[in-house]
Amino acid sequence: MEKIPGITGETRPVGQASWPLWEIFIRSKQGLDHKHVGSLHAADAAMAIENARDAYTRRMEGISIWVVESKHIHASNPDEAGSLYDPANDKVYRHPTFYDLPDELKHM
Amino acid sequence: MPAADIEKHFQGKIDQDIRIEPKDWMPEAYRKTLVRQMSQHAHSEIVGMLPEANWITRAPSLRRKATLIAKVQDEAGHGLYLYSAAETLGVSRDEMIDQLHSGKAKYSSIFNYPTLTWADMGAIGWLVDGAAIMNQVPLCRASYGPYARAMVRICKEESFHQRQGFEILLVLSRGNAEQRRMCQDAIDRWWWPSVMMFGPNDDASPHTAQSMQWKIKRFTNDELRQRFIDVCAEQVKLLGMTLPDNRLAWNEDRGHYDFGPIDWEEFRNVINGNGPCNRQRLEARVKAHADGAWVREAAVAHARKKASLNKEEAA
Repeated sequence: MEKIPGITGETRPVGQASWPLWEIFIRSKQGLDHKHVGSLHAADAAMAIENARDAYTRRMEGISIWVVESKHIHASNPDEAGSLYDPANDKVYRHPTFYDLPDELKHM
Repeated sequence: MPAADIEKHFQGKIDQDIRIEPKDWMPEAYRKTLVRQMSQHAHSEIVGMLPEANWITRAPSLRRKATLIAKVQDEAGHGLYLYSAAETLGVSRDEMIDQLHSGKAKYSSIFNYPTLTWADMGAIGWLVDGAAIMNQVPLCRASYGPYARAMVRICKEESFHQRQGFEILLVLSRGNAEQRRMCQDAIDRWWWPSVMMFGPNDDASPHTAQSMQWKIKRFTNDELRQRFIDVCAEQVKLLGMTLPDNRLAWNEDRGHYDFGPIDWEEFRNVINGNGPCNRQRLEARVKAHADGAWVREAAVAHARKKASLNKEEAA
């Protein structure tokens, strides 16, 4: 019997194959970003969008849905957070409050 | 970092209410506890659809029917949120479903009781969902990010479940003698199982201390149970009904209601598979999964066919 990969990488017969995992992003209203809301399983992108509608927008929580298969998401490593964000840590001069200006200065 | 320091750093984050996210380091026991608790919770949502599904075709009006369908659909959604959140801990959906179907994983024993009359839909909404909300609201602040976020969504949706239940009972309580009798009967049957939903007493709950240190749990079983009893003892007055506990009485000194002894023998029996509907519930789940196999298979075949057609077009 032909075998295909399941969620965890093990192979299962076609009939028992599980659907891949998708990450779901919802735009709650026009003008706002799509925001990650969770994940779900679906056989393909069209089904992922339909399932996302049923799982995540039953109460008008969204007007637009993005789905991305989870395996395509690449993430930074939390263990390296220190060195990754360190370059931004000592640059207070990027913030407006760093600059010493008189109180009389208006509209700035 | 040495192992002891990593563990200390982890507890330090928890103590500062910094959420733990999927890729962060965590003790194996923390991960296991979460997988167990979250999958049990997910299973409870899924099995919890069965007692109510029983009444969808028998709902007394179209309004009640639409409400019940929406509620059962919410429960399916809650199960999905929780399964997905649990999957971020490295357990697969298939593993969790297998554990449920083989009887290895538990679900809330409340769903092993039968739903005998329409009034049970009211009692489940008021008491069972009420107890669930009492348990779940603190979980919105659980230390594991994906769990807490799933719980926020669940709690938002759960409130309508409880209100519609109370409304069902309220209407029955204002009805004729037979309807009032039905209302009281449902409360009588669902009260103690609901009180047991908070789990064993604190002195018989060995994992509580560790779960509280990890902030997976914010209150003990007995604290939540007391809060639930205090609230219900007042709410039941609006129905003109009584709770089936003749030792229920306001205790001025404690500032809480005293209540009678809980039948833990029954609790253990139902958990161990000897409740009125354990077999029936599990059989229904396994059958639904088996009957759906061809749909899952067809969807995979369709997706693969479409993908290969797209490839040909592109070539």
